[in-house]
Amino acid sequence: MTLRPSALADRLGRAAVLGRIVLAAGGGYAIAALATALLSLVLPLPRSEAVTAATLASFAIMIAVVVVVFAARSLGRALAAIAIATLLLGGALWLVAGPLTPVVPT
Amino acid sequence: MRHGFRQSMAWLHTWSGLIVGWVLFAVFVTGTASYYRAEISRWMQPELRREATIGPDALARAAELGVAHLQQHAAGARTWFIALPQPDRPLIDLFWRTKPGTPPGRAVLDARTGEPAALRETRGGDFFYRFHFELHLPPLWGRWIVGICAMIMLVALVSGVVTHRRIFADFFTLRRDKAAQRGWLDAHNVTGVLALPFHLMITYTGVVTLALIYMPWGVTVAYKGDQQAFFAESGQITQPRPAAGRPGALVPVGPMVREALATIPEPLERLTISHPRDAHATVVAVFEEPHGLSHEHPQIAFDGTSGAVLEVRRGGLQPAAKTFTTMVGLHEAHFAGPGLRLLFFLCGLMGSAMVATGLVLWTVARLPKEGRAPGLGWRLVHALNVGTVAGLPAAVAMMLLANRLLPAGLAGRAEWEVWAFFGTWLAVTLVALVPAPRRAWSGAMAFAAILFLAVAVADGLTTRALWDDPAWFLAFDAAMLALAAACALVARKVTRYVAPARGRRSPAEGRPMPAAQARTALQPVPAGREEAGRRFERA
Repeated sequence: MTLRPSALADRLGRAAVLGRIVLAAGGGYAIAALATALLSLVLPLPRSEAVTAATLASFAIMIAVVVVVFAARSLGRALAAIAIATLLLGGALWLVAGPLTPVVPT
Repeated sequence: MRHGFRQSMAWLHTWSGLIVGWVLFAVFVTGTASYYRAEISRWMQPELRREATIGPDALARAAELGVAHLQQHAAGARTWFIALPQPDRPLIDLFWRTKPGTPPGRAVLDARTGEPAALRETRGGDFFYRFHFELHLPPLWGRWIVGICAMIMLVALVSGVVTHRRIFADFFTLRRDKAAQRGWLDAHNVTGVLALPFHLMITYTGVVTLALIYMPWGVTVAYKGDQQAFFAESGQITQPRPAAGRPGALVPVGPMVREALATIPEPLERLTISHPRDAHATVVAVFEEPHGLSHEHPQIAFDGTSGAVLEVRRGGLQPAAKTFTTMVGLHEAHFAGPGLRLLFFLCGLMGSAMVATGLVLWTVARLPKEGRAPGLGWRLVHALNVGTVAGLPAAVAMMLLANRLLPAGLAGRAEWEVWAFFGTWLAVTLVALVPAPRRAWSGAMAFAAILFLAVAVADGLTTRALWDDPAWFLAFDAAMLALAAACALVARKVTRYVAPARGRRSPAEGRPMPAAQARTALQPVPAGREEAGRRFERA
């Protein structure tokens, strides 16, 4: 089946929107989670204070990421920004904490 | 995407708002009702007799009665919770957990006799409170769904703010005489902007209330996932004591209650007894929060087998922990006196109205062209709108009505009340599919009005003999009448609405807008859409 150019553009547009939604939700949560874990370990505060401060900030971080993903000029740029941020945060966390053994929250 | 930042944010606002609007409306309405949770509970159990004061001796005796009941009926439980009698609720509320996966046990005892209290069985205001964050689903499911919706609401709020060119002017703008869509748009903006600080605060603090469910990773890396250790180290709870694995005998709790009352001046709220039959049995006395914004309960931990004080926790939280407890305190508003609580309540109503007008705006802006039948999507959104915005208040009223009309001794009475709630909600949604849109709205709102009226009438007719404080019950019923009047007013407005004539608009406003602008719901509407707005009442 061949599509008229406008219909094709429409479908591509919808796919791009879906991509942004997935990226905003998944990338936003991933960055917020990594930032929380990292800040919990590196903030120069007593341990419980660092965890609390990082957790309180995590939701604002996630909202900011979502806004960035939807405001980016193209899906590709948004993806690149998320990928770089995730790698940086993940790498920093790995340096600080070492390879984490999975822990089941009780 | 879609021509620039503002447009992309408008698109995000429209669709993220629609997807979660129905859940958010329910969360807003039940949360708003929860500001009066204790009052609703009291109204739903009119047999209850309040007491002026409850002295230390009565509290100590009530604690002993609670323990005696639990020793007999919940011997194998891991943790016992004993809510002690308060002047407003002179009962012993027992709750116990046996192990994860098994439902907790509950009992309500008379504080004087220790016998099961002779009250009508009901969930009371607790139903709305728990529905507010669990949606009557399995707790984890409900909490995650509400949390995701709250995050999307934050996105909708932020993108909504970004979309506004003129946020200050919106305080004062309500153009009722323009097209229908304009009116709804302005109503959405007024309710959204006027209470915006409240909306942002209540949504963020709401997420924070359950933060460790949604974002446990800080605790995972810093505490190996041990949340109890985290709470204890941050000073929010007393140090947990694991079971010793050896049997132990609990000493009488009465003296512990007396000692706790002598140590901390706040009212004593409950006892938590963990591992009640173990050598490491621990009794924690939990007090009400001292006056202030922060939600922090003073606590005293006792060794259950010797009665010795293990730890006293009161105040002294560090800044981040204090921030956390203050956010939770802001959300729950326990600090608020009657006037401030009313303001919180009104802000909550405004939040509900913001969500409701946003949902209605979606359908008004997408009315099908003249002569065309609305598509399945539009009909579905419309029915869910009517079913939620009008059906949920009707369901609340029906639950209160069921509380008065169901026989007091009915088996599973509390569950029947819950069924009345959900049955009404579902019925209104389904019925809304049948008539023309305008008739569906006015009919559903009139139905809600009649139900609220019936609540007040049923209370007066069936329960007057039980009122211990007639003025109090009359005030509650007056609030029900006010809700009935509000619903009736909406029904009447919808019925009588006459769309403004086309001639009243200035020529400049009739000018069609470029398509890109027309896409954003928050900007001037093209002429075709305005006509559609007027068709709404003819449909």
